[in-house]
Amino acid sequence: MPSPRTGYVPILLRLDPGGVVLLAIVLGAAVLVPVLNLAVPPDSPFHVPSYLVSLWGKYLCFALLAVSVDLVWGYCGILSLGHGAFFALGGYAMGMHLMRQIGDRGVYGHPVLPDFMVFLDWDRLPWYWHGFDSFAFAMMMVLLVPGTLAFVFGWLAFRSRVGGVYLSIISQAMTYALMLAFFRNDMGFGGNNGLTDFKDLLGFDLQADGTRAALFAASALALALGYLVCRLMMLSKFGRVVMAVRDGESRTRFLGYRVEYYKLVVWVVSAMLAGLAGALYVPQVGIINPGEFSPANSIEIIVWVAVGGRGTLYGAALGGVLVNYAKTYFTGAAPEIWLFLLGGLFIAVTLFLPKGIVGTAADGWRSLRRRIRAPARGTVP
Amino acid sequence: MPVSGLRAVFVCVVFVFAALAAAAPSRAQDGDFAALVAQLAVGAFEEKVAAIEALVATGDPRVQAILEAVADRNLYVREADGLVAIGADHPDGLSLTDAVTGDDLGVVASRDVDRVRANNRLRRLAGSAIGTLTLMNPDPAVRLAAAEAVFRSQDASALSALDQALAEETDDAVRQAMAKARAAILLDSDDPAARLQAVETLGALTDPEIRSMLAAMLRQSNDGSFQETDEAVRAAAGEALDAIEGRLATWRVAGYVYQGISLGSVLLLAAIGLAITFGVMGVINMAHGEMVMLGAYTTYVVQQIFRDLAPGLFDVSLLVAIPAAFLVAGLAGIAIERGIIRFLYGRPLETLLATWGLSLILQQLVRTVFGPTNREVGSPSWMQGAIETTAGITLTYNRLYIILFSLIVFAGLIFVLRRTALGLQMRAVTQNRQMARAMGIRTDRVDALTFGLGSGIAGMAGVALSQIDNVSPNLGQSYIIDSFLVVVFGGVGNLWGTLAGAFSLGIANKLLEPYAGAVLGKILVLVAIILFIQKRPRGLVALKGRAVEG
Repeated sequence: MPSPRTGYVPILLRLDPGGVVLLAIVLGAAVLVPVLNLAVPPDSPFHVPSYLVSLWGKYLCFALLAVSVDLVWGYCGILSLGHGAFFALGGYAMGMHLMRQIGDRGVYGHPVLPDFMVFLDWDRLPWYWHGFDSFAFAMMMVLLVPGTLAFVFGWLAFRSRVGGVYLSIISQAMTYALMLAFFRNDMGFGGNNGLTDFKDLLGFDLQADGTRAALFAASALALALGYLVCRLMMLSKFGRVVMAVRDGESRTRFLGYRVEYYKLVVWVVSAMLAGLAGALYVPQVGIINPGEFSPANSIEIIVWVAVGGRGTLYGAALGGVLVNYAKTYFTGAAPEIWLFLLGGLFIAVTLFLPKGIVGTAADGWRSLRRRIRAPARGTVP
Repeated sequence: MPVSGLRAVFVCVVFVFAALAAAAPSRAQDGDFAALVAQLAVGAFEEKVAAIEALVATGDPRVQAILEAVADRNLYVREADGLVAIGADHPDGLSLTDAVTGDDLGVVASRDVDRVRANNRLRRLAGSAIGTLTLMNPDPAVRLAAAEAVFRSQDASALSALDQALAEETDDAVRQAMAKARAAILLDSDDPAARLQAVETLGALTDPEIRSMLAAMLRQSNDGSFQETDEAVRAAAGEALDAIEGRLATWRVAGYVYQGISLGSVLLLAAIGLAITFGVMGVINMAHGEMVMLGAYTTYVVQQIFRDLAPGLFDVSLLVAIPAAFLVAGLAGIAIERGIIRFLYGRPLETLLATWGLSLILQQLVRTVFGPTNREVGSPSWMQGAIETTAGITLTYNRLYIILFSLIVFAGLIFVLRRTALGLQMRAVTQNRQMARAMGIRTDRVDALTFGLGSGIAGMAGVALSQIDNVSPNLGQSYIIDSFLVVVFGGVGNLWGTLAGAFSLGIANKLLEPYAGAVLGKILVLVAIILFIQKRPRGLVALKGRAVEG
């Protein structure tokens, strides 16, 4: 295989094997799952029930969120304890569009105002709700709102060289402050209850199987796209500088790179991906509320990445799906032991699998190959 | 009728006190007394009023019980013989006491007696008559309460009694209360000069009730006329009102600052252990809140043991709980350090993950053992109650004790770090681990003890928090974010910074609260901290020198 430096190499060849497998699975699922759900009759053993489509669509959103966190943590060494905020902001932008789509079908039947505003006796839409009736505008906001927040936060923090633990803690303070803010009714985002009772998206009923399958496919495509964006960024020269920042920030600065700009770009891209994941998550679960901002949620994302294996991207995606699958299974089967398991998983992963599942598996695979080759070479005199 | 009736009461009251002052209680003949009581019980309304006046005039000690019975509608007439008696609720009907002789008349069924009819006006009259009687009570506390009662009722009929009592009064506090009540009554006087004097008296006092009284005088009705007709009095009232408002505002700010100090002491307690584990050791201990929770549950267990074995000693249970919580949380901390943390030194972000996992396990463990609901932790009697200031600010004892406790803990910790061998070794290990080891310090032992110390202090914080917060498995979580912010804001690795950080955040929070609301105030403080960290990335009190980059 030619080295990346010598001329043009097709994108797919520049991906690591794990990434290729991830893309193959995700893109395959994007086609196969909707087909198996919609075209295969329900009594067939190959039929995928609709609830599973939404559930796995949710997992894919979490996987994208995990990839976005891995981008900053695994490649740039910024441990964000506030990524849940970007996810939730993307989700709220989507939720606002879905609220506007309800129109006069709400409980109070008001032509413009969502139910909770009628309930609070508001007489007009707050200014920041304008424009969200347009899908294109809402999608722009899904990326712009988290992106802008990340830009402002990152601009301030990276320029004054707030790093390491300090950054983690103020990012946690950020999501905590947002949570408190969104819990207030005066904010105009539905307070405690958040936004819910969505009806349809672009005219398609959100409860319909076809819409759910389409949302699943969209989530899979978004994950694939997000992965590719991150991967290609990290394969470029830009990515090499970012990794150099992770491994030796001061040295990179002394070499003449403006470290803060590299960090800022990675940080903002990551926040936008998290926002995208949130936007796809909301129509599939049908609700967004301030609980998504809770600091514990953000810490949980870190676990997904740590479990899967940081610094690989596909490992983060795997971790996001695996941990959430386990969560769904155990909270149903044995809710009282789920927290023991999650907590134990945290401790076990940090103590015994510092490279996560894929990192440890890769190490094992390498040593296995060496062991197989070594005796073969030994027989040759 | 009222005018002549009230005049009659004045006359009678003056007469009573003149009589009392002469220290010669003019005991009416028992026959007359019984006749008056009978008149009170069965007479027409006017006769009843006259009877109350006459009874007060006798100055007889039995009058108070009778008047109270009238006010509480507990005066009865026995149907069989027309005897007047005071009744009290009894499971089988009413237990009666002879109103005149005080003899026990036994229990009767309620249908055998008639309740003495007393409308609200009569009961009010009886009530104020009691007030004047108690103004001369030998017990200063009773006199004070009576003066307060007169102040609240502003009953003009009590005026002469007040004058009389004021002349006799020796206790300063009671005298002041009486002067206040007198001025409040004179505020309604017909004489502008008296009103003016009353306004001046009241203007010197700081009391929210006086403020509303003065504000009422200045109120303008729809036709433009003022409640208070005299212009000079109005001007004086306006000035007095402004003065009171100003003093009340000062008091209010003082109250917020006190609340802020109280919140700051809680933050300090929660954060100070973290200042050790996070600030000194560099371990991001997300299970710190759970150490606080363990301390609170230890308090609960200790109190249960006291309740079962020695209920009489319940008041000291909290004092026993403090070292117990220190030991429980401290041992848990040492176990955590030996079991998990020591493998993760130098990787602070990973200690965060492992300890967060640990916090989930501990929460679930406590939830499994003690149940998910709040556990009730009692307050010893010496922590109950409050100091009330006249300006309407209440300082509860439990908050005062917590402020004191947090400062003691802080001082103790400073002492340990500065003056003991362990503290010296701790500082040596933090500054230069290799060199410390080369000097013969057993660094792993020091690590374990340091972590244990930080956790133990968190446990003691739990004892304090159990007095003001719900003891539930989530107790720790609600403090962990604030604690980290305090440590980071104050400056990592510096205990004085933590002290300054805790109190400035607490006070800022409480000063913002009245203007922005509790939630928005908190959000503003969080945003301010985020911005502050950008300005001073190393916190309020930054360490200088080589240790910074470590």
